[in-house]
Amino acid sequence: MINVGIDVGAKNIKIVIVNGQEIIAKGKVLSGFETKETVMALYDQLLGEANVTKDQINLITSTGSGRKAVDFAQKSVTEVTAAAKGATTLYPNVHCVIDVGAEEGRSIRVDSNGKIVDFALNEKCAAGAGAFIESMARALEVSIEDFGMLSLQSDREIPMNAQCAVFAESEVVSLLHSKTDKKDIAKAVNDAVASRITSMTRKVGFENDIELIGGMAKNTGFINALKKGLDSEIIVPENAEYVTAFGAAIYND
Amino acid sequence: MAKEFWRWKEYNWKSETIDWKDGNTVSCGIDVGSVSSQAVILVDGELYAYSSMRTGSDSPMSATNAMNWALEDTGMTQDNVHYVVGTGYGRVNVPFANKTITEIACHARGANLMYGNTVRTILDMGGQDCKAIRCDEKGKVTNFLMNDKCAAGTGRGMEVFADLLSIPIEDVGELSFQVDEEPPPVSSTCVVFAKTEATGLLREGWPKNKVIAAYCSAMSHRVVTLLQRIGVESDFVITGGIGKNVGIVRRLSQELGFETLKTNYDSQIAGALGAALFGRALAEKARN
Amino acid sequence: MIANFGYKDGSGDFYISIDTDKCNGCGDCIPACPVGLLQIRENEYDPMADDNMVVVLEEHRKKIKYSCAPCKNEGKDSILPCVKVCLPNAITHSW
Repeated sequence: MINVGIDVGAKNIKIVIVNGQEIIAKGKVLSGFETKETVMALYDQLLGEANVTKDQINLITSTGSGRKAVDFAQKSVTEVTAAAKGATTLYPNVHCVIDVGAEEGRSIRVDSNGKIVDFALNEKCAAGAGAFIESMARALEVSIEDFGMLSLQSDREIPMNAQCAVFAESEVVSLLHSKTDKKDIAKAVNDAVASRITSMTRKVGFENDIELIGGMAKNTGFINALKKGLDSEIIVPENAEYVTAFGAAIYND
Repeated sequence: MAKEFWRWKEYNWKSETIDWKDGNTVSCGIDVGSVSSQAVILVDGELYAYSSMRTGSDSPMSATNAMNWALEDTGMTQDNVHYVVGTGYGRVNVPFANKTITEIACHARGANLMYGNTVRTILDMGGQDCKAIRCDEKGKVTNFLMNDKCAAGTGRGMEVFADLLSIPIEDVGELSFQVDEEPPPVSSTCVVFAKTEATGLLREGWPKNKVIAAYCSAMSHRVVTLLQRIGVESDFVITGGIGKNVGIVRRLSQELGFETLKTNYDSQIAGALGAALFGRALAEKARN
Repeated sequence: MIANFGYKDGSGDFYISIDTDKCNGCGDCIPACPVGLLQIRENEYDPMADDNMVVVLEEHRKKIKYSCAPCKNEGKDSILPCVKVCLPNAITHSW
């Protein structure tokens, strides 16, 4: 059975096409402002890559904060449901899923059957999401890709006083003016976001069974800070940012 | 360098009618905010001179500059001032202060003089914070809260929008009323997310005025929910830089159902004025 | 006077309120808080008075949602330690 999962995030749209539980095509594109057209274009491209036609598709399931724009999806699930499904299908022993995207962060606790027991969300404030890192990377004039590696090079602890992304940007600029190393600032930024995610994750509970998914899983410095904060190992799947779309694609049962 | 739409003007003022040499007590209040600094000089409790400037990266220097600018053309020097009170976010950085007092107390005391002793609720919207204060007829604080954690509901949030839309900050208020009808407020509280939302609205073809109206409306609503924690009782006043933005003031009054009191004083000097009033009281207390 | 320490951000209201008219200055709340975020200080909000009051330390005011999280996670029905030891009921949390 060939199914499709479409995850319309605040920053990127991710689409996964599966045959059973096997991914046969995946792709992402910036969300932009014409969501529906953007989704259609990517979908058509992936169908070509997977060498399947629209008639062969059994079910299209949408998820993500912008999922309403995908009006051709037959089904729609929340990000929490899709994230938990995708993450526990990949790693059945995982009982705590942390999903950090551009504008949202969430910690989800699931039981041994993959059923959601509890979850905590931050979706209203940039301080606990990728957007915070993005603003600071811009102030540091470092690409998002290099930001994680840069922060790994530092072993200093410098405090960040500002919590708000807008105020933190000014703080980063003044740290730069006072000749603080970029790598130390990058680490402080990752530590700050990680401490917020840590507190949210403690709320739902975990026992060395954590999986991190979402776009922030590409930030190695953040992963490190999170491991330290939670004092636990963390599984980071390959293609971590596609896990929610994958979860939507295989949700049909 | 790109034009900076968020920049506002600096200014100073001095009384034409008071001669400071006739006074018994000359007191000075200096409010070093995160964005702007004010110095107020009182002669026996009467407003004699003041200044308002941008706070530089060096707070002690900003305090000195504000003081010197207020003293400009008065013939007075720092030695003629009996008592200096520092207040505001950078109050510990006023090197010549005799005492520092929290801005909450100073705003309440200043508003009591500026607007009269019927004032019971003060909303101060500064560059990087928002304070809601209840006080009694003496200007003594009875309830307060301060929000300096989040940029939403602060001058900084408005500056971010002025820059995004290339609207000079002084014009935001007037322009926000030049719309066919009041748009729904921007739905995100967070300034970072609101900015993304606004960019989307512009792409949809919303004119700039409509977008700034939607942001003014969101900001007013946010401040109303902040005020609900301490409760609003008339008379109600708004001080601080945002007090000059009619786009916020009018929408706030409408949502609260309270008119704001007007004053002939500059609403931005409330903190420094309160500090100077405390300075006078403390100088006289020390003398007795 | 009611002093509200904390903040409101996009995710909610996080304030610790101290009623200075009820607070008797006993200081029992200070060791009760495992994070150490309370302190007795001179009343900075009334410069002409000579009384002391309990305040939330500055470094916690912008992050009390996180500072208080360990006690809040104990269980939804348990009473917070700072609230429990305060006999005059001068301390309240908004969340």
